[in-house]
Amino acid sequence: MAFGPFLLLATFEGLLQAAILTLTALGLSLVFGVMRVVNVAHGEFYMLGAVIAWWVSTFVSSMFGMPPAVGFIAALIVSPLAVGAIAMVGERLILKRLNYNPESTIVATIGMLYIIQQSVLLTYGPDARRVAAPFYYRIQLPWFGYSGYNLFVIAAAAVLLLIVWFILSRTRIGLIMRATQFDAETAQAFGIPIDRVYSLVFAAGAMLAAIGAVLVVPIRQAHYLMGLDPLLLSFITVIIGGLGSLRGTVIAALLIGLSDGIISVFFSPTLAKMISTLLVALVLVFKPEGLFGAKAR
Amino acid sequence: MIQSRQSAVIILHIAAILLLFVLQFVLPDYHQLAMTRVMVLAIFAMGYNMLFGYTGLLSLGHAMFFAAGLYGAGLTAYYFGWSVPVAFVAGIGSGFVLSLVIGLVSLRTSGVAFMIVTMMFAQVAYLTTTYFTDYTRGEEGLVLPQAARSFDLLGVHFDLTSAVLRYNLSLVLLAATVAITLLIVRGPLGRALVAIRENEPRTVMLGYDTFRLKLMAVTLSGTISAMAGATYALLFAYIGAGFATIQYSIEALLFTLLGGAGTVLGPLVGTAAMFYLIDIASSYTVAYMLAVGIALVLLVLFFPKGILGTIRERWLPWLP
Repeated sequence: MAFGPFLLLATFEGLLQAAILTLTALGLSLVFGVMRVVNVAHGEFYMLGAVIAWWVSTFVSSMFGMPPAVGFIAALIVSPLAVGAIAMVGERLILKRLNYNPESTIVATIGMLYIIQQSVLLTYGPDARRVAAPFYYRIQLPWFGYSGYNLFVIAAAAVLLLIVWFILSRTRIGLIMRATQFDAETAQAFGIPIDRVYSLVFAAGAMLAAIGAVLVVPIRQAHYLMGLDPLLLSFITVIIGGLGSLRGTVIAALLIGLSDGIISVFFSPTLAKMISTLLVALVLVFKPEGLFGAKAR
Repeated sequence: MIQSRQSAVIILHIAAILLLFVLQFVLPDYHQLAMTRVMVLAIFAMGYNMLFGYTGLLSLGHAMFFAAGLYGAGLTAYYFGWSVPVAFVAGIGSGFVLSLVIGLVSLRTSGVAFMIVTMMFAQVAYLTTTYFTDYTRGEEGLVLPQAARSFDLLGVHFDLTSAVLRYNLSLVLLAATVAITLLIVRGPLGRALVAIRENEPRTVMLGYDTFRLKLMAVTLSGTISAMAGATYALLFAYIGAGFATIQYSIEALLFTLLGGAGTVLGPLVGTAAMFYLIDIASSYTVAYMLAVGIALVLLVLFFPKGILGTIRERWLPWLP
């Protein structure tokens, strides 16, 4: 293959990576922005979303003999709701009792990471399993064929992103969230139930990761250790984009997803990961407000 | 009064070391080996505690210091054939240099950013060990050659394949670490570090250069952790990338939290308790890390001061 088409293929892969990364990183950024909680268990919500999607779609297709598309749509509805419910229980039982103290919540979410991951290992097992894609359609370009489903994932992520943006900037719930993010104490003084906002935001963050996972699971397999890489990448994205800045997170996810897709096509993936992790750590040290974020108040 | 407390502290710590010394005559072989590992890991946790417990800086990257000691000692013994004492010093030295550099860079941040930065540097360190897999053999690791299993020092021959010698060597190093920790935390440096933990702006106002003090804490903590890594490599003759994973950073945190952050003997108690808990859990299920997760959540919710921290709060206010 010539260089041009090769680059196009790498760009498609990068866009796919960016689409999923945007959804997971947005969840992490939302939770950090509003609650000031660094959720180390975020990757496990992603993993849980994929595993539940496998369960639901297998159940639907084996019990009712439905086509894969029905199972997939069922998974797209059930899995985020289930993950959101689990996240909300965790938030009520653990994070709320810690008063959202930054250090304690980090330790607690590390604990939640292991609890979720190892519970999945106990029930789902160590195997990697794939969910059937809802449709198979190859788009035939002059140089290579490309999966239509991958392009569907990219479009779906873009639509979801617009929905999140609309909720945050144009609805009452979004206004309440932004008020809580800006100054929780004053928001409370104005009668906003920040307690409920927090558990809603935590669940919403986990659901975004779960939706990303359901979309990705026909392309990559569901496995109990699949949460670590998205966690680190989301961290990187949120830091580069500026902690708590949603617009920055989206731009950074595009940047990182694209460059990661392209770099790992051309260079050793380990070296690419080493360099990008190091660079990001240095960004956090020397420009802690991120590349796009505002200075901390 | 103060004099008697001073001697109570010294007697308590000597008694703890003596207890460990006597234990080797009682314990069956399996537990003797387990306790050897516990003591080495306890040194690691004590190093961690210096930073987390006394200075109040939560690092999620101490596995890189442990690994610096492990590889510094192991690789020089493996490739250059350095004798055990020299390789040991090399391990400590590489930990010292690494922690100094990491401290200089990462201490520009604080709070949550410090945790994330240390975690990322540790991830880079881990990726480095797997990237140079031609030399380190990555996750699979290297087994040190027979030549690195014995050494002569001051005219005495030491054979590291002897379980008794390994137990007592790690006990000596543990005792040294306890002594160093006691000296530091009861001295002026330790009190300044605690002051930073309690209220950093006020410490600055009192005229302390807190950056320099925190840098000393990171370097001390990293060097002690590296000593544990070097000891582990040389006693058990194995080095692998598994020791550089984030799981080891988290275990150091867990050991310290369980035993009691900010107490000298806490990390030892916590390491022993958690080691045996994991040991028992792993005989029942492959998902033994579930025990780690549950322990972390329960500790942070109901028992944030740990075992010795609670004892100090209730009964023994003089416990260092």
